Amino acid sequence: MNAPQRKPSTDVQKDASMAKQKAMIDGNFDRLGNVKNTGEKVSYTFVPGNLNELIMCFDMVGNYPEINAIQNGLRKKSGGMIMEAEKWGHSEDVCTYVKADIGMMRKGNIGPTGQPIPEPDILMLSYTGCYTFLKWFELLRHDYKCETAMLHVPYTGDGVITKAMTDYVVKQLKEEVIPKYEKVSGVKFDIDRLRENLAHSAKAEDDFVWVLESAKNKPSPIDAYFGGIYYIGPIFTAFRGTDLAVDYYKTLREEIEERIRKGQGPITPEGEMKNEKYRIVTEGPPNYTSMREFWKMFYDEGAVVVASTYTKVGGTYDFGFRHDPSRPLESLAEYCMHCYTNRNLPERTRMLETYINDYEADGLLINSIKSCNSFAAGELMMMREVEKRTGKPAAFVETDLVDPRYFSAANVKNRLESYFQMIDQKRRAGA
Amino acid sequence: MKCFIGIDLGSTTTKAVVMNENQEIIGRGITNSRSNYDTASAVSKQEAMIDTRFTLLRNNLDDNEKLRDNQDVFLHDLERNFRREQFVEQLDDLQNTCLSNAEGERFDDVRSVLTQVLSDVFDKLRHESLALYAKGATRKSDFFRDIAGGRFLSLSEEISKEAGINYDFALNVYDKSIIQVENRPPAGNLEGKFLNGLKNLTRESPELGIRFEDVQDPVKKALAVELEETFVVGTGYGRVRLPFPKEHIRSEILCHGLGAHMMYAGTRTVLDIGGQDTKAIQVDPNGVVDNFQMNDRCAAGCGRYLGYIADEMNMGLHELGPIAMKSTKAVKINSTCTVFAGAELRDRLALGEKREDILAGLHRSIILRAMSIIARSGGISDQFTFTGGVAKNEAAVKALRELVKENYGDVTINIDPESIYTGALGGAEFARRAVMEA
Amino acid sequence: MATREEITNRCQALYDDLDFTAARTWKEAKPGRHVIGYLPMYVPREIIHAAGMMPLGILGGGDQLEVIQGDAYYQSYICRIPRSTIELLLTNRLDFVDGMLFPSICDVIRNLSGMWKLLRPDVYAHYFDVPQNYMKDVGGEFYIHELNVLKEDLEKISGNKVTNDALKNSIELYNENRRLTRELYKFRADKPWLAPSSEVYLINRAGMVIPVEDHNILIKDYIEAARQEDRPKRDNSRVVISGSFCEQPPINLIKSIEMSGCYVVDDDYMLVNRWFTKPVPTDGDPIQALSYTFLEASVKMPSCFEPNEDIKGQFLVDLVRENNAEGVIFAAASFCDPALLERPILQDVLNQVDIPHVSFKYAENTGQMQPIREQAGTFADSIKLWS
Repeated sequence: MNAPQRKPSTDVQKDASMAKQKAMIDGNFDRLGNVKNTGEKVSYTFVPGNLNELIMCFDMVGNYPEINAIQNGLRKKSGGMIMEAEKWGHSEDVCTYVKADIGMMRKGNIGPTGQPIPEPDILMLSYTGCYTFLKWFELLRHDYKCETAMLHVPYTGDGVITKAMTDYVVKQLKEEVIPKYEKVSGVKFDIDRLRENLAHSAKAEDDFVWVLESAKNKPSPIDAYFGGIYYIGPIFTAFRGTDLAVDYYKTLREEIEERIRKGQGPITPEGEMKNEKYRIVTEGPPNYTSMREFWKMFYDEGAVVVASTYTKVGGTYDFGFRHDPSRPLESLAEYCMHCYTNRNLPERTRMLETYINDYEADGLLINSIKSCNSFAAGELMMMREVEKRTGKPAAFVETDLVDPRYFSAANVKNRLESYFQMIDQKRRAGA
Repeated sequence: MKCFIGIDLGSTTTKAVVMNENQEIIGRGITNSRSNYDTASAVSKQEAMIDTRFTLLRNNLDDNEKLRDNQDVFLHDLERNFRREQFVEQLDDLQNTCLSNAEGERFDDVRSVLTQVLSDVFDKLRHESLALYAKGATRKSDFFRDIAGGRFLSLSEEISKEAGINYDFALNVYDKSIIQVENRPPAGNLEGKFLNGLKNLTRESPELGIRFEDVQDPVKKALAVELEETFVVGTGYGRVRLPFPKEHIRSEILCHGLGAHMMYAGTRTVLDIGGQDTKAIQVDPNGVVDNFQMNDRCAAGCGRYLGYIADEMNMGLHELGPIAMKSTKAVKINSTCTVFAGAELRDRLALGEKREDILAGLHRSIILRAMSIIARSGGISDQFTFTGGVAKNEAAVKALRELVKENYGDVTINIDPESIYTGALGGAEFARRAVMEA
Repeated sequence: MATREEITNRCQALYDDLDFTAARTWKEAKPGRHVIGYLPMYVPREIIHAAGMMPLGILGGGDQLEVIQGDAYYQSYICRIPRSTIELLLTNRLDFVDGMLFPSICDVIRNLSGMWKLLRPDVYAHYFDVPQNYMKDVGGEFYIHELNVLKEDLEKISGNKVTNDALKNSIELYNENRRLTRELYKFRADKPWLAPSSEVYLINRAGMVIPVEDHNILIKDYIEAARQEDRPKRDNSRVVISGSFCEQPPINLIKSIEMSGCYVVDDDYMLVNRWFTKPVPTDGDPIQALSYTFLEASVKMPSCFEPNEDIKGQFLVDLVRENNAEGVIFAAASFCDPALLERPILQDVLNQVDIPHVSFKYAENTGQMQPIREQAGTFADSIKLWS
């Protein structure tokens, strides 16, 4: 009698964080769709190295073109947008986030939810860990002719963040970013407000890291790649620094604590994954146009992703970084420099090695993304190095972010199955 | 007896291997992969089972004094005659199918003439089959569609013309019928075909001095052995749609690794170049896969690359290697892209480069891609085994030997003439282990 | 004095030499000499030179290098220059190089710096960042710091102190090199039939692999020799090449463009040799001078942010006008992010002032010239029709 009564309650619990997440993301699209009525000013910016806490100080609403591309990808709308951009002379060789965004704009700028995406009042070009960002906003600026603030975040080529690098970013915040935001918004910068936002961030970040690290449990209560994509949503975008995010991660953490108590595996689109057979670490972004299908190739085989680098593109919090209200601008600068793709290859390799060891994973899977050279160039080198250091096998598949033309299900499935069976065979041979 | 069967569904051909309890290969079968994987599996399996019967027969004949030195000739002739029986059986099936398809409304006006044309065509085809399967005759392919199709088309064109109807009618009926026939599981009655074949053999080769009565017993005995399909393992690129339950499916990588290990126990690196993909596999001393890499999304470096070049040059795929072997000078082909390679090829021809030199360059280019995939998987440290359709191409093998030596020094390179069966062999061994080592 | 043919033959030999024998010879000539390699875009070669070292420009492996190991490290959708560069490394052709600089040109070259660190942990490999903020007290200060870090690193490798005097002397030499390079470009723009693009290209490429002192003489000799020669003038269209600043087209492609009826009157092949549009001052602090000149007088190219939308792409219009060009050929390496992402903006800017343009892609080992000849030829013809 107990079981049937408890079941609905776990469903409600599961829904609590997911519903909250969805409401938050949708809420931002509502807000963007409504600026004509509210008069709110709009700031476009990127996920890695975003300055959400700072932007909030100017009462502006944030639009994240990468998120639009992702949401359009999930809704199978990105393909047509990419072709639209290619029709306008954009090369088939370059990033499909950019082309999905430009295609959406050319088709009338209707966002993934069907609401209009307003034009930017300011483009916040946080040039962090991705060269394409630079061109992307030059392309948008060329069309919108709007104010553009450039924040050059130095790449950690030697694996360290020096004082000169931090000083450089802080100076840019003071002399380039803040003045432009003050001008566009008409709101004077208030550093105490920033401190308050940063305090919220730090709080959410603690719970977020706890959630990611819960995958060290066996079985893992979460999938840190496919599931992780939902978990990073709020903290990587317009909600870092808000009460809402603090609340969301608290709820999420409670749900997962409950799953651990019950020894439950991750929730997949087809319900709880029961039999954890393989623990995998992934490198690289996912594919969004066929995400369900891709994920299914994992959970059908009992494979769970216990750690992923993709969930670190908006900050490598699990290696200790927290936003710090006592050093507001400095900590924003350090945050930007800490983002995953702003780290050099030896550091990224070390992270993967650490994940495989700390999460007791069976191996590394690289999903190499055609669009994203920042991730992809050097992944084959990292793969070799991680195999050598951990003795764990690695596999390599190739897809794209939001271009449906670059997802070959048979091809990917073939490799994944070979990989899982290889792990299995090795285990038997070792036993 | 227990039979362990591995079936490898490739993009162009489907292969089956039958293994006995003692890990011996007792039968191999191959067919073209059709749109219907069930049929392709069934056909390749039946072919391997027929081959198994021949193996059993060979064993039964070992001490048959009536045959003495003629045993090999006898077996060869028997198989030839058996194949003819099989061919005629399929011809009959094709004829019946054609006739029933000719019942369609659109043929109302020409039906009587068309049926006559078809009957005449098939009579001729049946008659031709004697020559086709005569002693010493060679056939351009072992697959029914290849052998019957070409002749059907030219005969029906001729006969239609004589009969005064448009050739399109016969063509239309054929196109529809061949697909149906090809996708029908093969008929049974092996014994009948064997015995008919045997009768033909004794009739056509009296000089062998073999009397039907002398050999029918060992043949019947070989046919009487019950071949139990103890365990079947399927693998191959079409594996996602393989007609087997999940526990009977193994990854092609694992099968190729194990198959290569079965052929050459010292194998540490396997390179397989097939129609649609190229794989480099590292195996441990037990044939367990340590690492593998496959070609990326791009088709360059696969067998298809050569197919494309053959099409571009209007040549048969099998003609490329021999021509390339005549090359005396290396021409560097840079395009890694299959489509661009065609353009580059025309460019080079226009510049006056010799065809054989360009082809040699193309073969080197495909092997260069494979070398990168090998390097990606961890390189070559010890015995190296080359498998797949491209392993039959001498120019590709030559380029491979050169490049392996340049990059890894003197290592043993194994190439088995039956290497196309590597994946199926691995599958058969997995099947054997699933039962015998469970 | 050497003839034009002798000079270009020498340059061709340097171009063909994938073992960098000239640089090796320079290094072996005296004990304690060091060589620092750098990839395309920009590095302050003056500092390397002032440390008594030789800067060595590495622009990929061209169309003669067979790439095996390099392909093992790169997916098919990444350009070719990093794979051939890795091939050069792994086939020991760069074993004499004491350090490597990877300019901030794109993510692929940036990540190559990390690969170098993993592949050759004992060799100095440095990602060389240049500022994208052009305020003196912001980007300028940061860049001064970066230049000083580089200077100290190079001092450690060479064992030589980089004095201000040495640095000023090096700046003078490179100012002269940039001046001569621009003179060569001007000479070609004025009389393109006397200085074919393939020759100009080879002269410039030689500057990547020989000492600057030597190269300065070489440019002068070439201009002098070419000026004296009488070569037939053809009825070609005058074009500017844009987008070839990193991975280089094969020399046959450069020849093909000209053969198909285009005189190339400007281009963006290896910009490092004319990066500054004015001389670096030698009267003050040399590091500061290098930094501020970078902020104020760098050439425009896609890897550098343009803060001012009003003049975005204007440099290309200016190049066309200054050189009396009739059109632009966008020739980008396949999968080159900077060139291909920038291209739609530049095309739009050209469209607004009715400058015709055509686009194609290449790889450093492109073998088929026919499509390129056809495109460039048709473009040249159509320009004549329009004008």
